[in-house]
Amino acid sequence: MIYDIEFETLPREALSAIQLQRLVSTLERVYATVPFYRDGFKKAGVKPADIKSLDDLRRIPFTTKQDLRDNYPFGLFTVPMDNVVRIHASSGTTGKPTVVGYTRRDVDTWATLMARSLAAAGAWRGDIIHNAYGYGLFTGGLGAHYGAEKLGASVIPVSGGNTRRQVMIMKDFGPTVLTATPSYTLHLAEVAQEMGVNFNDLKFRVGVFGAEPWSENMRQEIEAKLHLSAVDIYGLSEVIGPGVAIECCEAKKGLHIFEDHFLAEVIDPVSGDVLPYGEQGELVFTSLTKEAFPVIRYRTRDITTLHAEPCVCGRTHVRMERVSGRTDDMLIIRGVNVFPSQIESVLMEMEEVEPHYQLIVDRKDNLDVLTVKVEVGEKLFSDEVKKLQETERKIAHNIKELLGVSADVKLVEPKTIARSEGKAVRVIDNRKI
Amino acid sequence: MRVEQISVFLENRTGRLAEVTSILTEAGVNIRALALADTSDFGVLRMIVDDNEKAKRVLRDNGLTIGAHDVVAVEVEDRPGGLHRILDLLGKAGVNVEYMYAFVRNSGNNAIMIFRFDDTDKALATLTQHNIAVINGKTVHTM
Repeated sequence: MIYDIEFETLPREALSAIQLQRLVSTLERVYATVPFYRDGFKKAGVKPADIKSLDDLRRIPFTTKQDLRDNYPFGLFTVPMDNVVRIHASSGTTGKPTVVGYTRRDVDTWATLMARSLAAAGAWRGDIIHNAYGYGLFTGGLGAHYGAEKLGASVIPVSGGNTRRQVMIMKDFGPTVLTATPSYTLHLAEVAQEMGVNFNDLKFRVGVFGAEPWSENMRQEIEAKLHLSAVDIYGLSEVIGPGVAIECCEAKKGLHIFEDHFLAEVIDPVSGDVLPYGEQGELVFTSLTKEAFPVIRYRTRDITTLHAEPCVCGRTHVRMERVSGRTDDMLIIRGVNVFPSQIESVLMEMEEVEPHYQLIVDRKDNLDVLTVKVEVGEKLFSDEVKKLQETERKIAHNIKELLGVSADVKLVEPKTIARSEGKAVRVIDNRKI
Repeated sequence: MRVEQISVFLENRTGRLAEVTSILTEAGVNIRALALADTSDFGVLRMIVDDNEKAKRVLRDNGLTIGAHDVVAVEVEDRPGGLHRILDLLGKAGVNVEYMYAFVRNSGNNAIMIFRFDDTDKALATLTQHNIAVINGKTVHTM
């Protein structure tokens, strides 16, 4: 089903006209209210009035995660805090998180985009939605929640964790739609099986999975184990949260980007040149309707390809391929963004610890496991085992506090972390997604 | 009164301990006492050797992480209650034993135990007060 039939099936010329109108309006807004953007535009020698066609967007400078960090927390908001009704945050490369804000209208826009997404997946009013995305600063939980309510479905805000209780809810409440990360879903399936619950007897029909990369193989596995139709959802909190793009259940071949709300470009990550449809590169977004926290040519560091071929579902919005990688070293562990440099900053803050470390990521029983190997130098070493164990615990605690992710800390002998050409190999990702 | 003990950090995988004994053998260093404490991931090897400076140097040169800490070599009567008496006195004085292990030689009719205390000064005072024989640090290495 299509939630917003008029806008989701808009002919391309009408869509382009709306995009240009909304783009200029957004540029005028940030130019007038946010010093960072005004200075950036001035330096590039461009004003909002100079933008006469969508191609002129190339004259506008890019925005990066570092820019968001430099303006932490609210430096890029275009409205006073009185107008901001919601604040969310996600991981930054070190230390501080990335902060985003929403006006009342932004919250409603986001809910509409999520309602569109759930409908594209095959859900509708009358469905019962089991929402296992985490609620809190992370945009996943509340994003899916408001979308479900907007759609008119019945949402169960289970959030993450407490797996056995989730299985009981699935059995007793009979949800028909599941929204969760793909890896947690397979873990849920395992626990359900242990509890003697057969998915054949449950009422699931549709699943909307995202917040981490997952493959076609994983889709087959999820569909086979849970007896539902699984689609991919894409988003990032800087752009709005989940609901930037969604796979339609009719084709399951690429995710439709909601182009009436977001202008998508794919660029060469090195040169910054805009690439044509069909070529792989870094995904860049410009928001067209966001009020409190617009983004202007924001570099996502996600790698994809855009395809403009008409889709059997009837939507005219362009499709992006499933994200195939990143231009940076960010990891997603149990749905949480983790930068190796964050781990490094935790270690460097502990005087006795030298920052010689390695991250090993495995998937055990469908859950991501992060092991942090830390080399033991003489400052860290003690002849008492309990002191070494205390250090392991302290490191794990500090990582959990800063990043929100649990890590197994393993002390290793010095120089055992392989160096290749003088540079340490920081991350070993053993997961075969 | 104090004896310098050398400790080594080892990962809990095969060959690490043999690596240490190989290095010391090649350097002509003799191990007089040792104890190995283990966890699932790593072990801490504690040793009393006959040449501290040489041992520390060759172990470090081979890339191992080592530590050096003061322990005490105490004469313990070789009969039931011998150890208990000493532990009881230390406990009453509020001294905690972090770990202990046996030494290779005896002293007359007495056994020799290596103790690591949380408060070495207080331990030595207590032992001396109760006339418990503590072996001179320097002689322990070459007994």
